[in-house]
Amino acid sequence: MERVCGICSNIHTLTLCQAMEGLTGQTPPPRAQYIRVIMAELERLHSHVLWAGIASKLMGFKTMFMTCFEIREKIMDVLAAISGNRVNYSMNRIGGVNRDIDDPAAILAMIEQLEGEMMKTVIPIFTTSSTARSRCAGIGVLTEEKAISCGVVGPTARASGLGQDLRRAAPYAAYAELDFEVPVEKAGDVRARLFVRALEIIESCKILRQALTKLPPGEINSGEEKFKFVTGTATSRVEAPRGEVMYSVSWKEGSRNPNRVHVRTPTFANMPAVRWMVMGARLADTPLIQASIDPCYSCTDR
Amino acid sequence: MKLWNKLMCYSRRHSPWLFHMNSGSCNGCDIELVASLTPRYDAEQLGVRLEGSPRHADILCITGPVTHNAVKAIQTVYGQVCGPKAVVAIGSCPATTNVFIDSRTLDGPLNKHIPVDVFVPGCPPRPDAIIQGVAKAAEILAERGMNPPKTELSIAAVSAEEVQP
Repeated sequence: MERVCGICSNIHTLTLCQAMEGLTGQTPPPRAQYIRVIMAELERLHSHVLWAGIASKLMGFKTMFMTCFEIREKIMDVLAAISGNRVNYSMNRIGGVNRDIDDPAAILAMIEQLEGEMMKTVIPIFTTSSTARSRCAGIGVLTEEKAISCGVVGPTARASGLGQDLRRAAPYAAYAELDFEVPVEKAGDVRARLFVRALEIIESCKILRQALTKLPPGEINSGEEKFKFVTGTATSRVEAPRGEVMYSVSWKEGSRNPNRVHVRTPTFANMPAVRWMVMGARLADTPLIQASIDPCYSCTDR
Repeated sequence: MKLWNKLMCYSRRHSPWLFHMNSGSCNGCDIELVASLTPRYDAEQLGVRLEGSPRHADILCITGPVTHNAVKAIQTVYGQVCGPKAVVAIGSCPATTNVFIDSRTLDGPLNKHIPVDVFVPGCPPRPDAIIQGVAKAAEILAERGMNPPKTELSIAAVSAEEVQP
């Protein structure tokens, strides 16, 4: 399931494992829950910085593109230090995670250094620079009513004034025990979406710091290799970097494979809203408007 | 004329322009290809540039396990790249179709449809490996420019030992 999408590969396994845990009656141990949170937030960081890079390239701001990718490489270093791979981490399994974080203090130091760099470069440039403002303010507006009627999710919805976030609304893994804000902007234009993502980067760093210091001791998985599935359908929803991912798995008792696995990805929900955003916009702005929802075609294609 | 050829060969090796094509990939390899062009790995030192049109490119980089819908597009794009040209298959997907093997939506692997010069295996390959694959393709490109097509296409692959992490 990692190969659904190469950018949010961890989220797909996490959601599938949560759905499977609903069918097998397993509960992952607390340490595994925290490691899941850490991986999910690191992935959010790298996805948002990647988006910032692509958006600045579309703005015609190529220096920023390079800066963003340089910072992203450092996030990839942290991910590689934890999981051993840069893209497909294979961290999640039914009933826990595959690998432990042996040295949280070292990871914490890396995160702190990263946060300092991002606070110094990416975030001020995106939030205060006149280049970014003149290119993004007031284009691709999605009003709150339209956002509700299109059913948009994730940062796109939060930039239109809808304060929905599954980490807060329906906490999974260890999010219930962590303290964080959900940034919401009212304007609904590309600049608001930029703001929401920039603030989410800061929140992600905050969550990471808490999760790494609070990391409880204990097992990281249940150690079972064979699982007993019960007949039924389990659904799991997770807040991916782009919005809500939903998996629905139906299983018949005794069978080796699931009857049906349904995947609903955030880009699939956000794409129709682009129609309302580009109405009346200049042609030169359309690539930026389309990129502002952070489209992922492999997710939509699944 | 010989000097001119030598000059062309030298410049081909030092300024390969890439055209990147996704044939149903999961984005993993695409992201790594972009990462290999950015400051940490910096393939631009080799004169590599990502180009938006196949007509301007020398090397065709293909990712993904080749879906039915992509076959025609791949053949068209391959035809549009001006000769001499080279093809790099990035990732395990175009080489073997990887985990998507036996899927009814696929028509892979890639070398069923167009001749591939360099395979860069991995799921996804590290940016270092991608750069080495492109450098190898640039050499093949220069050679092909020197003695045009009548020779058989040489197939090279990046072996695991050659790639330094």
